[in-house]
Amino acid sequence: MTTPTLRRTPLFAAHLDANARLVPFEGWEMPVHYAEGIRAEHEAVRNAVGVFDVSHMGEVEICGADAEPFLQHVHSNDVGRMAVGGAQYALICNEDGGVLDDVFTYRLAADRFLTVTNASNHERDLEWLRSHAGGFAVRVDDAAGRYVMLAVQGPLARELVQAIADRPLPARMQAGPRIVLGCEALVCATGYTGEDGVELLLDPDDAPAIWDELLRRGAVPCGLAARDTLRLEVGYPLYGNELSPDRNPIEAGLGWACAEETRFIGSLAVGAARADGTAEKLVAFRIDGPGIARQGNPVVGGGEVTSGTMSPSLGVGIGMAYLPSERAVVGETFEIDVRGRLRSAVVASRPLYRRESRETDG
Amino acid sequence: MADPSYPDDLLYHPDHDWARLDPAQPGVATFGITWFAQDALGEVVFFDPPDVGSSVTAGEFYAEVESVKAVSDVIAPLTGEIVEVNTALADAPEAINDDPYGAGWMVRVKLADPAEADGLMDSDAYVGTL
Repeated sequence: MTTPTLRRTPLFAAHLDANARLVPFEGWEMPVHYAEGIRAEHEAVRNAVGVFDVSHMGEVEICGADAEPFLQHVHSNDVGRMAVGGAQYALICNEDGGVLDDVFTYRLAADRFLTVTNASNHERDLEWLRSHAGGFAVRVDDAAGRYVMLAVQGPLARELVQAIADRPLPARMQAGPRIVLGCEALVCATGYTGEDGVELLLDPDDAPAIWDELLRRGAVPCGLAARDTLRLEVGYPLYGNELSPDRNPIEAGLGWACAEETRFIGSLAVGAARADGTAEKLVAFRIDGPGIARQGNPVVGGGEVTSGTMSPSLGVGIGMAYLPSERAVVGETFEIDVRGRLRSAVVASRPLYRRESRETDG
Repeated sequence: MADPSYPDDLLYHPDHDWARLDPAQPGVATFGITWFAQDALGEVVFFDPPDVGSSVTAGEFYAEVESVKAVSDVIAPLTGEIVEVNTALADAPEAINDDPYGAGWMVRVKLADPAEADGLMDSDAYVGTL
């Protein structure tokens, strides 16, 4: 057996300088946390500002006269509703409505889009997109090597990036080119933490200086572990956990990102699932009592946990699970078989964590 | 987290667990996990203790400890019966990280055969395995 060589982002040396604990993740050697630890990183993003190197994520550039109709064909959302400078979340589905990836797409020009893919799916996405590009005047380019992606997240994130940007940052869910610390950057007002913030797509050569400057101005370097606890507290799905080719967007609660009238690949199956309902539905839950459920733990009576962790903000075990649809209602209690021990859980509304709930508590 | 340390007064099991024989109470030992183990786990967020009165067997797991990243079994370095568990870990599991040989202790065990401790490693031998 050979150990595959792990890829390193252009910020690898910076991670070592920041005392990162590096782990293999989807073929990359990525920081799981830094010296201060997961709780401190999580709190930094909830209360101030953190920065994540998410360069393992892929980018695909789609351009050409038919770029919009092509994306309507392969994206679940209505790409036509996205103006230049807009950002949109969508699924890439197969003919059965199974989810091949969940992506963020930015409209850079009328005929030019940038789609951010999950690391584990990037190659498959490229192949899928290219195999369905026949008949469209479009070019599908692998742009993953062109960018370092930094997610700057937290209530102070915009202020921090604004201080080193040439003009006002794009509004939430908008994206556009800016000069950041003298370097060209695509600034996207998006994120995966439930906090305000931006994601910066940078030239790999420029990225280390910008990373250093963000840290110098107080951003706390954050790893994949905090990214996971943050996204779970707000109930964002993760590909490979909540999303897979065996699940359609409707059961995953992502019907809002599907516009069947665009007739995207999988739209008939998605429309049928929407009309007929699904056997299971994705819910967010909190554990009632001690313990933590983990991915793969079965739900008594049917269903399965897809993600679980200890919530640093709430201090209880939280997670997401597929439950039989009749039980997938807020307030429903159920039991999870956590390695032979039953843990009681309750279906909770998303997001599990809300800033105002903690502020009134505190 | 604290700096790495492997105190001389402890005995070590290869699965990164320690035992402290109690000079005041011969035949009773305190168990916990080593600095190496807590560092590998990362921040501990939950300790699931066994029941007082249950028996533990050297080399087999007797408790679970969870970090944000993963769940791990805690292996007993020696055989015996649990006489006390560290209930403070329910509210402060991070003590396992902060003070793995002190406040992070897990259980106290009445040993079935105190001579079994001769099979454990001293600090130098254990450090040699890391």
